[in-house]
Amino acid sequence: MTAAPHDPAGELFELANRGRSRSRRRRDGGEAIIKVVLAGCAAFSVLITALIIAILAYEAARFFMDVSVVEFLTGTEWSPLLGEEKRFGVWPLVAGTLLVTLVAAIFALPTGLVTAVFLSEYAPAWLRAILKPVLEVLAGIPTVVYGFFALLVINPSLQWVAKVFTGEELFGSYSAGAAGIAVGIMILPIVTSLSEDALRSVPRGLRDGAYALGSTRFDTSVRVVIPGALGGIMASYLLAITRAIGETMIVALAAGGLAQLTVLPWRQVQTMTAYMVQIFLGDAPATGVEFKSSFAVAALLFLMTLLLTLAGYRILARFREEYE
Amino acid sequence: MSDERTPNLPELVERGEPRSQSRRRAFDRGFLITCLAITAIAVLALGVLLGSILIEGLPGLRWSFFTEYASRDPAKAGIRAPLWGSIWVASICAIVALPIGIATAVWLEEFAPKNRITGFIRLNISNLAGVPSIVYGILGLTLFVRMFGLFGPIQAPELEIGGRLYAIYYDTMQEPIRVPAAERGVAPELKTGDIGYVQEIEETPDGDLIFTDRWTPVTLTIVPEDADAPEGYGIIEAWQAEEPADFEIERPWYYVQFPFGQSVLAGGLTLMLVVLPIVIISSQEALRAVPGSLRTGSLAMGATKWQTTRKVTLPASIPMIMTGSILAMSRAIGEAAPILVLGVALFITDTPSSLMDSFTVLPMQIYNWTSRWQEDFRALAATGIIVLLMVLLAFNAIAVLIRQKLQRPLS
Repeated sequence: MTAAPHDPAGELFELANRGRSRSRRRRDGGEAIIKVVLAGCAAFSVLITALIIAILAYEAARFFMDVSVVEFLTGTEWSPLLGEEKRFGVWPLVAGTLLVTLVAAIFALPTGLVTAVFLSEYAPAWLRAILKPVLEVLAGIPTVVYGFFALLVINPSLQWVAKVFTGEELFGSYSAGAAGIAVGIMILPIVTSLSEDALRSVPRGLRDGAYALGSTRFDTSVRVVIPGALGGIMASYLLAITRAIGETMIVALAAGGLAQLTVLPWRQVQTMTAYMVQIFLGDAPATGVEFKSSFAVAALLFLMTLLLTLAGYRILARFREEYE
Repeated sequence: MSDERTPNLPELVERGEPRSQSRRRAFDRGFLITCLAITAIAVLALGVLLGSILIEGLPGLRWSFFTEYASRDPAKAGIRAPLWGSIWVASICAIVALPIGIATAVWLEEFAPKNRITGFIRLNISNLAGVPSIVYGILGLTLFVRMFGLFGPIQAPELEIGGRLYAIYYDTMQEPIRVPAAERGVAPELKTGDIGYVQEIEETPDGDLIFTDRWTPVTLTIVPEDADAPEGYGIIEAWQAEEPADFEIERPWYYVQFPFGQSVLAGGLTLMLVVLPIVIISSQEALRAVPGSLRTGSLAMGATKWQTTRKVTLPASIPMIMTGSILAMSRAIGEAAPILVLGVALFITDTPSSLMDSFTVLPMQIYNWTSRWQEDFRALAATGIIVLLMVLLAFNAIAVLIRQKLQRPLS
């Protein structure tokens, strides 16, 4: 302590600082590696999208070397497997998909919203405690089970009802209607739980205000809560429709296998996904133009669901700001 | 009672509003009754669904149903192969999807800056969640089953790792003998005194002969062509010894070939693609539910972001993450469409024992049985559905248990 000017406190501070910075540096180094690994995992999800688009675009392009894009997008006859001349007009498949989706939407969208309003505004706690698990069970049932249900319960029931009311055998063994109702049951929990989330996120104050003005629960629900949650409800509708369009096993089992342009729900139709099932189950040689056509159909399907998802994302983003 | 207090009554009247309190009350009641009716219908639908399946399927639920393989005879058919296939595929899917999915969620919630790139990644993930599962099947087919054709056709893979290659010869007993070989298509040079392996055969009590997995070593004797070749195990005529009848690869569980072909590995990875966005989104929600005060507390103590994540945020959110992951796995177990696109064989009479074995899954088998016309097969489908639902029910029960046991209030 007698030697040159000495500053123990300063030295200690420096030592501590050095030690700290060393361990800091080490921690920061490990931290950087972990960050890169985590970001890499996130990048993987982008890679998946890129691969889907690349593969579908490449295979569809190969198909369009054999069949013109115009014929594919405007043709109204789809008979790739039968007949002398193969026809690749995609509209019957699109129409089949839309018909099944329409039936499902008519069934599930209003029902889902009403159930959501009931759960969020009306139902006492004990009933909620029963209904929420029921919906969760419905949401967890694999779609192939709904397909079984459509083929063996819904379609025969529809056959019977149609017979009683019209006296005619309207329904065959397969029908777009039966598949549509099953798809509707499948998307019902999606509509209900997402809409209910949206309804519940409407601030309590708005409800209290409506009640203070003498509204009944119905008035409050219809005039205040539903308009307030419109964004979330629309998003849930779009998501449910996306799921309905992409649904595969139900339509493969219950909608039939005949691609025809029809709006009659008792006819059988072939949807885009059902056609892909038919091809991939081995009805066509893997090198033929029929096989390639399934990739073009898949590309179109991907495009449709992409647009719907983007629309849903937009709507949600716009409405989310409102109460935050 | 008329609603005199409402200030804009005239306007309401003009719009045709129900103006009296009693009428509005009636609307309210009517709506409530509608709700109850619809709810009752939903519960009824679930009841009919489960009831019809139970009635059709319960009689077929015997023990032999779990131990038998697929069969053309509905009375003998069982679900053993798809049950094990589902277990393999779901395990592979979980092992791959959970780390990647949770890591992605952690990055997005804890590390990622808020800018256009991460905004795009978020948008991309919600889009992936909306992609139909059959499209993932196409991706799996090209990426995993065929690997873009980079490694040659599925039947003759150009790259194999971990397998043991044997050349097959026939001895004078017409029994196949296998001899270790270095490369496909290149015959090992056989000499008298080399060791070959003969498959052991067992006789069942019924008198059927079955091939076992055991191989007995025999010493080979090569005899010249013109000699009167004695019959015996391990005695091979020279002309037979020149060229093996076939090449065969023994597959330990870790054997991998490129491309993967219609194997359990390809199936598991394809399902991983399907459930990855679900795992990511549910994990994100779990992380978001952790109160910010826990994070700031940890950061204020001098912990780094990763230390905070590892020691504070992740432990706090793990029950919710696990619940979401289990539900994602039950989705994977129920998926048939992506597996169907891979082109897996419908008639499997073996359980997978290596990553490269062929497989089928429960929903595929159910689809297969349902799509047949015979009444008996549809009953089988219903029994299969019962098994599938039991598996899913077990999953859900585990999820509920975890939620109840591990979840503590965080704030």
